[in-house]
Amino acid sequence: MPRYFTEDHEWIEVDGDTGTVGITDYAQSQLGDITFVELPEAGSAVNKGDAPCVVDSVKAASDVYAPVSGTVTESNAALEGEPELVNNDAETGGWLFRLTLSDPAELDGLMDKAAYDEFVKGL
Amino acid sequence: MSEAEDHTEEQPIEVLTLPLDAWHRARGGRMVEFAGYWMPVQYEGIIAEHQWTRESAGLFDVSHMGQLFISGDGVEAALEAVLPIDLTTLKPFGPRYSMLLDEHGGILDDLMVTRWNSGFYLVVNGATKWDDIAHLREHLPDEITLTHLEDSALLALQGPKAAEALARITTGEWPLSALTFMKGGQFKIDGVDAWISRSGYTGEDGFEIAVPAEEAARIAELICAQSEVKPIGLGARDSLRLEAGLPLYGHDLSPDHSPVDADLLFAVNKRRRSEGGFIGAEHVLRDLAQGTAQVRVGLALEGRQAAREGAEVYAGNQKVGVLTSGGFSPTLGHPIAMAYVDREQAGEGTALEIDVRGKRLPARITPMPFVPHRYHR
Repeated sequence: MPRYFTEDHEWIEVDGDTGTVGITDYAQSQLGDITFVELPEAGSAVNKGDAPCVVDSVKAASDVYAPVSGTVTESNAALEGEPELVNNDAETGGWLFRLTLSDPAELDGLMDKAAYDEFVKGL
Repeated sequence: MSEAEDHTEEQPIEVLTLPLDAWHRARGGRMVEFAGYWMPVQYEGIIAEHQWTRESAGLFDVSHMGQLFISGDGVEAALEAVLPIDLTTLKPFGPRYSMLLDEHGGILDDLMVTRWNSGFYLVVNGATKWDDIAHLREHLPDEITLTHLEDSALLALQGPKAAEALARITTGEWPLSALTFMKGGQFKIDGVDAWISRSGYTGEDGFEIAVPAEEAARIAELICAQSEVKPIGLGARDSLRLEAGLPLYGHDLSPDHSPVDADLLFAVNKRRRSEGGFIGAEHVLRDLAQGTAQVRVGLALEGRQAAREGAEVYAGNQKVGVLTSGGFSPTLGHPIAMAYVDREQAGEGTALEIDVRGKRLPARITPMPFVPHRYHR
């Protein structure tokens, strides 16, 4: 399944019209120990660039932006008891929320893995 | 993703390096700009470093802080005219907490004052040291000499195993164990002159160690070669001091607050409370007599979501205060905070709410320290 990346260090994996969103391993390493994740509720509508999710580390609270627009279908319930999953498994088990894409064309502006890796190297 | 908040200071124009800069980088420290310097915010991770300090011993580089030496004829009277300290009760070599106040009793900085043989040694905050020097120079008579000890590095070794680790490599006229909390003395570490006091900013037993800057890396390496010791960054320094209920200048303390509403009246020594005679005394004594509308308190939050500096505190619909520090407590497993709140709402156990982006987090007024101090008295 194709996976896309943003310059704000979110990833989105797309399966049909469903996208799964998380933050990248680079992002979690920059944030440090994550102590709490504020997740969006199922049914909430988000626009590309909205911040439906907040990741709290010991150091700071950080917004997670929606890479595309859509309607949230599910949040990762495992993070409520185990927010450190985002540290340990950012790009798989530490996913944040799923949404139904309202405009798949928005994916066109995002990076692929190779482009993102290149982007991070330049930081 | 973006960081909405950060505990680090505003970015200065030119970022300076400290004597241990290369050492931190070689040890894997992640460097950030803090108080005008590049400093390590973390090495292996804030929570791991925090817990290591509580369980063993952590070495902190605090060389950004200002070390000053003040001497000259009449230095005692000159210092008492500036600080609310009673120097007649300050014995040699024991640091004491004090404050620089403005003419309104507002806190310009908090600091440590130690009587040495020929004058007074002050340790002030890094971000405020240049203003402190200007303030002191302005208010001290010309015959008083103020020396900025810029060629001295400052380390802090903190934690329950700090004493055994440091004693192993320290020699002196007395054994290191002769020092109890808030006592200091001149020692040698591997032949290097070191001013060591049993003090710190974590709530743990520990030491603050001043050594010549050119020897700092060698001494830091030697201290970290002790099996009990790891280097610790600013991130854990902040979470440790918050758990210990210790205020941080620029956040919990500022010119908007006096020693009275900051609940740090012990910084205004007893004789000075009746006699006054220091900068800002009229306002401090008035606050003392009349009370202040608000007071600095501790808050324990339910759940895991932290509230940060600037978050507003509510009793029902009424705003009753603002957070000045806040974060997750690794020791307690829940978030904690410091705030200034209305005195009517400041009673221990009072249930309040903290607004975090429109969400109300339940919290309770909790006595500080949040985590008990373990000083070696």
